[in-house]
Amino acid sequence: MKVQLTRRVPARHAAFGFALFGLTTVPLWVGNSYYIDVASQILLFAVFALALNVLVGYGGLVSLGHAGLFAVSGYTAGLMLQAGFGHAAAGVGAVSITLLTSAAFAVLALRATGIGFLMITLALGQILWGIAYRWADLTNGDNGISISTRPAPFGISLAGAPSFYYATLVVFLLALATMAAFVRSPFGASLCGTRDQARRMTALGYNVWLIRFLAFLFSGLWCSIAGLLYLYNKQFISPQVSALQASAEVLLMVISGGTATLLGPIAGAAIVVVMKYVVSAYVVRWNLVLGVIFVAIISFMPEGLVPGSVRIWGFTRRRWRAIRPGRKPPPGAPP
Amino acid sequence: MTALSVSGLTKSFGGLRVTNGVDLTVEPGERRLIIGPNGAGKTTLFNLITGELAPDTGTIALFGRDITRTACRRRAHLGMARTYQIITLFPRDTILRNVVLALLGLSGLRWNPLIGLDRQRHLATRAGEALARVGLSHIADRPLAETSYGERRRVEIAMAMAQNPKVLLLDEPFAGLSIDERRDVRQLLAAIPRDVTVVMIEHNMDVALDLADRITLLHFGEVIVEGTRAEVVADPRSREVYLGE
Repeated sequence: MKVQLTRRVPARHAAFGFALFGLTTVPLWVGNSYYIDVASQILLFAVFALALNVLVGYGGLVSLGHAGLFAVSGYTAGLMLQAGFGHAAAGVGAVSITLLTSAAFAVLALRATGIGFLMITLALGQILWGIAYRWADLTNGDNGISISTRPAPFGISLAGAPSFYYATLVVFLLALATMAAFVRSPFGASLCGTRDQARRMTALGYNVWLIRFLAFLFSGLWCSIAGLLYLYNKQFISPQVSALQASAEVLLMVISGGTATLLGPIAGAAIVVVMKYVVSAYVVRWNLVLGVIFVAIISFMPEGLVPGSVRIWGFTRRRWRAIRPGRKPPPGAPP
Repeated sequence: MTALSVSGLTKSFGGLRVTNGVDLTVEPGERRLIIGPNGAGKTTLFNLITGELAPDTGTIALFGRDITRTACRRRAHLGMARTYQIITLFPRDTILRNVVLALLGLSGLRWNPLIGLDRQRHLATRAGEALARVGLSHIADRPLAETSYGERRRVEIAMAMAQNPKVLLLDEPFAGLSIDERRDVRQLLAAIPRDVTVVMIEHNMDVALDLADRITLLHFGEVIVEGTRAEVVADPRSREVYLGE
């Protein structure tokens, strides 16, 4: 298990404080509301990627249907708002329906692990995409669903890009804190155990199926919250959100950033969103650039960007110390 | 009351009858050795007893309680623990964490998603005690991937013993060990208190024989001979099947 077992060093606290300071001041130093919006999208996709990482990283269950769950949440809220429900009711409805869908996904997909699990989730995701695309009476088909307003929690309007960014940041930090607690908890350890040695876990008295099922629901919960953020961010949702490509994209965020780490999915989300919304303004074939980046990550850091950077940083530092002049060579080293 | 009682147990894989009407009665505190040539169905019998496989026919009872249809994970809670012939541990974790996972399996805490597992000092303490009993305290914090084969065998035993089992099933605990390691593991097994019933599969006769009270010889899924050490060794059928000549 890659959960940090070592005591956190003050340097880490400092880095976290610095990052937090950077995140809270984004609207001040970014200025342009388009880029503030890009920052909101990085955070909401980071929540989505963190949710998927529960299954992929800690559960060892690679899902290719998570965009379906993300879309169910957005569509449910969008349709409820169109039908005249309030934001609170739409939010509760979206989370509940997504959790029910996740439960159905889990019951069907957890009959298998590995490739079988991947194929079942892929098929289920495609069914949801089919509903979004073809059941036009319900979902308005390819035209998607627009909503006119964003909510105003505690009387604070989220209509502007900075206020929406802060709302997203709060949700993101909450997600991160929940994940951090989860991976350090006994239940998180149980989930990692089912990934590494499912057979042994059963013999030790664990209910492997139920652990995976609950992890799926936990993942579905945060997918649903990310989906809600997406709907409110764009004030629009269309079938593309539920497509296989969207599932693959979030899976790539997790894998390229580093599975079973907390920072990896966030880094992955940042890369993909920046490519999509920033680099695409300058490079027409931004997909090609993204592909090259992924290939480079997989070639040089197969464990993902975050763990790979940590490894290379440690290696460089040791090398630097070894060759720095004026230091005694380690005992046993050739003269 | 018998600790473990198996009767008429049958299991087939396709046309191959791997376990064929096995009866086995193990008294509380007994040390039972199960021997037999490769492919005799010893490990399959273990997998049936622990519930990793479901039998075709027959019954299994643990201290008089029928557990034939009880899920594998429930049997752990009823006091059954096992080790594996092919080492089955958690390679990414430390030795201590492996044993903590064994303790957690029987604790209600395992469902808790909020508290920090590292802060559960009582689990770490108990895991440390289990490791002390197998002589691994000094490397408790070492990642499992950096340990030797012999050390892993002992981790297997520590994990099973940490669960305070009533019935302990050891699947070839000496497999692949050096002579020194074998002696250490032998001492370890000899020190297991008599309130634990032990059923052991082992090929290595010179270390296993004198640990056993009674011996069961399996061949082609059937019990050929059963009796005390002397009886089984003296029996011509066991010589024919297993001991050679």
